[in-house]
Amino acid sequence: MKTVAAETEKQRWEREQLEPALKKSPERRVSFTTISGRPIDRLYTADDLPGFDYARDLNNPGEFPYTRGIHPTGYRGKLWTMRQFAGFGTPEETNERYKTLLKAGGTGLSVAFDLPTLMGRDPDHELSLGEVGKCGVSIMSLADMERLFEGIDLGGITTSMTINSPAPMIFAMYLVVAEKQGADWKTLSGTIQNDILKEFIAQKEYIFPPRESMRLITDIFGFCTKEVPKWNTISVSGYHIREAGSTALQELAFTLRDGIEYVQYGVDAGLDVDSFAPQISFFFNSHSDFFEEIAKYRAARKIWAEVMRDRFGAKSERSWKLRFHTQTAGVTLTAQQPYNNVVRTALQALAAVLGGTNSLHTNSLDEALALPTAEAATLALRTQQIIAAESGVTNIVDPLGGSYFVERLTLDMERGAKEYFAIIDRMGGMVEAIEQGFPQKEIAEASYVFQQAVEKRDKIIVGVNDFVQEDEPPHPILYIDDTASDTQLARLRELKKTRDNGRVRETLDALRQAARGHENTMYSLLDCVRAYATVGEMCDALREVWGEYEEVPLI
Amino acid sequence: MRKIRVVIAKPGLDGHDRGAKVIARALRDAGMEVIYTGLRQTPEMIVAAALQEDADAIGLSILSGAHMHICPRVMELLKEKGLDDVLVVIGGIIPDVDIPKLRSVGVKGIFLPGTPMQTIIDFVAANVRSRVGQV
Repeated sequence: MKTVAAETEKQRWEREQLEPALKKSPERRVSFTTISGRPIDRLYTADDLPGFDYARDLNNPGEFPYTRGIHPTGYRGKLWTMRQFAGFGTPEETNERYKTLLKAGGTGLSVAFDLPTLMGRDPDHELSLGEVGKCGVSIMSLADMERLFEGIDLGGITTSMTINSPAPMIFAMYLVVAEKQGADWKTLSGTIQNDILKEFIAQKEYIFPPRESMRLITDIFGFCTKEVPKWNTISVSGYHIREAGSTALQELAFTLRDGIEYVQYGVDAGLDVDSFAPQISFFFNSHSDFFEEIAKYRAARKIWAEVMRDRFGAKSERSWKLRFHTQTAGVTLTAQQPYNNVVRTALQALAAVLGGTNSLHTNSLDEALALPTAEAATLALRTQQIIAAESGVTNIVDPLGGSYFVERLTLDMERGAKEYFAIIDRMGGMVEAIEQGFPQKEIAEASYVFQQAVEKRDKIIVGVNDFVQEDEPPHPILYIDDTASDTQLARLRELKKTRDNGRVRETLDALRQAARGHENTMYSLLDCVRAYATVGEMCDALREVWGEYEEVPLI
Repeated sequence: MRKIRVVIAKPGLDGHDRGAKVIARALRDAGMEVIYTGLRQTPEMIVAAALQEDADAIGLSILSGAHMHICPRVMELLKEKGLDDVLVVIGGIIPDVDIPKLRSVGVKGIFLPGTPMQTIIDFVAANVRSRVGQV
């Protein structure tokens, strides 16, 4: 006997309304997809959420699995932290920019380091040629860290530092500056990015091989639980994965799977999961596809809560709650018609806010051309302030909760991420997946597919492949010359003359010793820092013991 | 005639290789032989790769602002090795004021963000030394 399923309400609408409308005038495209290539239906209704259970699939803000947010009051209680990433030239120049941003109403600092610092090289290394102070601030030793925070009370603000391979060295410098200012480590708060896995996957600022790099991270976990309990020890980052060309789903999946890897290594190092997991935070991109981004953030909170409770058996609610920073997508900024970037950034920032971000960086309009001018950086901050003060979106918690489309997309993102988890679990974990080049290949493929879509004008970028304007006037930019490099090179020579070089050698020897054995490297690094050893010297000491990672170039 | 051989290189400390990899693949799909050096190449390593691979063109990807140090050095080394006829192009974030300076040291193609891949493919095909085939 044949049974015919009853027509759903959506099917009725399709038959009665849609089909005649399509016959009269077809849609603009055969298929509609997100910027990540995800197909999107024209309409979502209750029929797209069969069996949807409010308590299980959504629940209230502040309640497991936190899809609607980790705070019961959303932004009615506390707004997100407006944290603008900045750094260039000498520590003094960056210190001045920080004071400008704090005066303009910024509520946290975020340090951008130059490439030599990020790669653990002193300015006099051959690969530092032309790079000193260019993409961020040059920090060689404790003396530079003292200059960077001169006149800024480290006990009174929170600082985020985008540093990965040399994270322990830079963190040690920050702690010593705080100590000299009289701040208590026990109340000190801030974040170090310290996420090496995404470096291997996407941004490629790695120094040591993966397993030794993971050891440094678990050393920081262990050190902070004892000494700096409020510090956010890691900011597990999807930002760079996305910038490297991943889809929204890959960003979500690889980032959370990186998070799982860090927790697993911490547990394997003998730490109690609830002793360090609450200090893990996340960092996502906010790209141009508005709803896909919002669904990504909502899914991230839900997946993490379940992973922490069910996979790791965490008991503390603080371990279950995913907190995250967001930065608007640098890769979407165009060199053409740069003022268009203000609009792009505003929409991306709004998506992050509607997704419940805990802190936010908005990019400046001129960042496809250079590091931002002070005017452009201020306008970027104003964009956040306008969303917070004028748009009204901060009056309600998770305003898109219950949208058929957003809930469907959130569930789809969750399912897709779990499928990636299963693949990576089968490989043995993220370290193994990286060693096999899996996430790297997935991202390279996605970035090439996207580029082809742009070439074919399947995806439109205003001002680039449509609405192009010839003969644009030049845009004023911040031009960073070699003055900072000259200053830092002279300072390095001076430092090596004036410090106690015997003490430096002793502390570096102790660091090598710690690296060979199992003692926590943070304590030896603090001694090196106090003796004014340079970032390059400390990293070289560890290079001697652990060697350097080299990736097999793939195209 | 043999295929056009292109060395794509990432000089300096920067690891942002999305652009280098996309263009490497686009040139390869356009029928060229592409050798991608990987990251953190010194000018000496890049010129050595060009010599060893008998490259017709070198593509440098630089986003960090180090181009005014790296490009003149690459050009100088090419001249020393007698590789003056190797086409050198650069892609990345290059301030307007640096463009004439880069051209004056012999960088022939300078491609800024948003350049279509086809533009770069056509430029390389049209400007490599004449003894190699067209794609």
